[in-house]
Amino acid sequence: MARSIAITINRRLVHLTVDDPNMPLLYALRNDLGLKGPRFGCGLGQCGACTVHIDGDAARSCIVPVGSVDGRKVLTLEGLGTPENLHPLQKAFIEEQAVQCGYCINGMIMQSAALLTKTPHPTDAQIRDGLATNLCRCGTHARILRAVKRAASA
Amino acid sequence: MTSLSKPNRRELLKTGAIVVYFAMFTPGLGAPQLKKTVAPDEVDSFLAIDRDGGVIVYSGKVDLGTGLSTALTQMVAEELDVPVRRITVIQGDTALTPDQGVTYGSLSIQNGGMQLRQAAATARLALLRKAAQRLGESGVNLVVKDGTVRSRSGKSVTYGELVRGRNFSLKLDKTAPAKDPARHWAVGTSVRRVDIPDKVTGRFTFMQDFRVANMLHGRVVRPPAIGAALMSVDESSVGGIPGVVKVVRLGNFLGVVASNEWAAITAARQLKASWSKWEGLPDQDKLWEYVRATKVIKQETTSDVGDAPAALAAAARRLDSTYDFAIHTHGSIGPSCAIAEFEGGKLTCWSASQATHNLRKQLALMLSSPEADVRCIYLEGSGCYGRNGHEDAAADATLLARAVGRPVRVQWMRADEHGWDPKGPPTLIDLHAGIDASGEVQGWHSEFFVPQGAAGNVELTAAALADLPRETALQPGGIIQDSAIQYAFPNVRTVIHRLETTPFRPSWIRSPGRMQNTFANECFIDELAAATNSDPIEFRLHHLSDPRAAELLQRLARLSGWEKRGRPSHDAAAATAGQGLAPTATGRGLAYVKYELVRTYVGGVADVEVDRGSGEIRVKRFYVVHDCGQIINPDGVRNQIEGNVLQTISRALMEEVTFDRSQVTSLDWASYPILTFTQVPDIEIDLIDHPQEVPWGAGEPTAAIVPAAISNAVFDATGARLRSVPFKPDKVKAAIGGA
Repeated sequence: MARSIAITINRRLVHLTVDDPNMPLLYALRNDLGLKGPRFGCGLGQCGACTVHIDGDAARSCIVPVGSVDGRKVLTLEGLGTPENLHPLQKAFIEEQAVQCGYCINGMIMQSAALLTKTPHPTDAQIRDGLATNLCRCGTHARILRAVKRAASA
Repeated sequence: MTSLSKPNRRELLKTGAIVVYFAMFTPGLGAPQLKKTVAPDEVDSFLAIDRDGGVIVYSGKVDLGTGLSTALTQMVAEELDVPVRRITVIQGDTALTPDQGVTYGSLSIQNGGMQLRQAAATARLALLRKAAQRLGESGVNLVVKDGTVRSRSGKSVTYGELVRGRNFSLKLDKTAPAKDPARHWAVGTSVRRVDIPDKVTGRFTFMQDFRVANMLHGRVVRPPAIGAALMSVDESSVGGIPGVVKVVRLGNFLGVVASNEWAAITAARQLKASWSKWEGLPDQDKLWEYVRATKVIKQETTSDVGDAPAALAAAARRLDSTYDFAIHTHGSIGPSCAIAEFEGGKLTCWSASQATHNLRKQLALMLSSPEADVRCIYLEGSGCYGRNGHEDAAADATLLARAVGRPVRVQWMRADEHGWDPKGPPTLIDLHAGIDASGEVQGWHSEFFVPQGAAGNVELTAAALADLPRETALQPGGIIQDSAIQYAFPNVRTVIHRLETTPFRPSWIRSPGRMQNTFANECFIDELAAATNSDPIEFRLHHLSDPRAAELLQRLARLSGWEKRGRPSHDAAAATAGQGLAPTATGRGLAYVKYELVRTYVGGVADVEVDRGSGEIRVKRFYVVHDCGQIINPDGVRNQIEGNVLQTISRALMEEVTFDRSQVTSLDWASYPILTFTQVPDIEIDLIDHPQEVPWGAGEPTAAIVPAAISNAVFDATGARLRSVPFKPDKVKAAIGGA
């Protein structure tokens, strides 16, 4: 049954009508709100490509029912920073050229942003652990680690 | 004459339709002009310059996330002397870009880039002639900078003014001189990738983001067994889902189309269908017996020097080893996706295919339509590392769009990708060598058991399920490459036993065949070095006469701080440890290859730790020395080398497609785990640049050496030979136990 949901997305309140409140948040973000940061990778919460922040915590939007974020705050890659006003992580990923195909990069940046909020000066091991369940297939890991380190020391 | 308005990069990427408008029509000048040429011998196929001097590059080779578009931009910027930022690249559009072959095999710079360089050199020559005429100057008095031709006397004219929005109408001139590399300012520098800012801010349009007007969402429902027949479908099982438009059934092809994506997903999950039983796959536990028992339909000898069998028969000592390499999946992080749209009976299909020109032929065949009625447009997807499911998703979207009469976007789910992308076939290799009484290797004889076929068009799954016209030959890629060896033993025979079939639809995955063959060859070379108490680097140098190979190995020794050894480290460890060996063994191993024996040279050293208790291998550090001739973008090459190392550590240590008698059972990342951040080693790279030489590929060669370097390092550490990829802990434990 259709239900109305109010979510603060990237600091703006939006109202959505959804047929199925069990639909994962990812589809609302991508199809209803036209956002391209969060990406579909597995739909199982295994790879991290869909990562967003919900009330400040990193979450896998492919397995979070949209109904469960009613009244909450969601931040996506687009809301983290813009080309004109880059977040330090986005800047560091450009500096380190820490992208190959770039499909996983949303998750790498969003997961790291949540890590740096809680642990502003992580050790190498903390960065590795923080990203332990984010998958990259191109093998960009070494650059991603350098980029997060660079952002943390910025 | 074709007039070009100034294109906005994002607009161009967003929709091919806008490109057609720019390229095919001349606004305000009446009737549509000729179609843009894609003929391989025309400069206009590759390049256009607009009135403002902006350059458009039309590339048949596509950027698969490798940074290719940036590198091609550099090559064109160099030849034309225009700033990198004034160049826009249009890729893989059958209506606009020439067919430069499939984007595979580390050939995009080596072949595709060189064609573009020639087109740009031809254009430059013509532009300078035109400028000389226009300025009334001799050509030798002209210099070009930032797209402006200047004379010594101070006169100038821009490319935009010279071209005036027209075509070049020039044949590609093979004699047009490319710029002297000594004057390169763009090639050889680490220009930053043009796509990264948009990719880190969520602005980039991947195939998976692309949408067209009036579009519906489709999902495929694949059989629960690969060869199962669809017996019946209960459409009422999805009747209650709002938004479902149609259940599409064509033979064994089954899909659902809905007005929104979640409805399509829900319907695909809920749809009740009954399928026949099918158990045509071999027993995975007996895979290698199955491969060995598969009918050999032909033999190919890839090298034959002297009389290897006779040399082996006469040898004082013989070594015989069998190597095997598991079935791998491409494992793209973003599952395959495509959109198909029919308009007036003509199909436009957007996909992340490596081969839009070939896909066009395949879709036309499937539809029994003329090729002229199909246009395929490339949009970057998730990295594919070979022929994954992109083309199949395109065929799925095509059948669904035709069935509903509206554009349909098909997004594969994770299980579709892991279960139904074509696989890297299982590879079995027997190696034999003979050593004489003085310790010299006299004979080398290798036998490779691999499926028949080459690197043509892989059968489209949708066409197969719907039993529509299609190509059906096996296409595993050029998997016999690097079966022959560079080492000059007196007697060598390398033979390919081509198998009639293989368990899964095969295709190429990064470094196809080269990786498997180099794994076996370079491990066996290490076995021979150990058997003759030789240092692994000296042993190789002793059998190589190629100075570039020698330089590479010497630099690898320096980079890795290689200490010459006549016997492996584990001997010394065992000698000093008595009965109590340390729980962790450390060692280093080396591997080298000249890719396909004709191009990129690459060598690597792996430093590993082996946990004797768990059998777990940790690669701590990996050193690479790489010579791909002229380097276009050093940081781009480094990025590719790092990617090759990490992806292949993953493949070598962990990856193996699992299956029962009916289907793939490794359908997600839990059952097909890949490398994670906690397992990432340090990587050190030394690039050998040869600016005066031609550029070779860098997208794959490093991958070929990684499994052997690790296996050889584990031998150095423990004395155990790992001859079966992946090197999972249980296999490692068993090997150490028997060492």
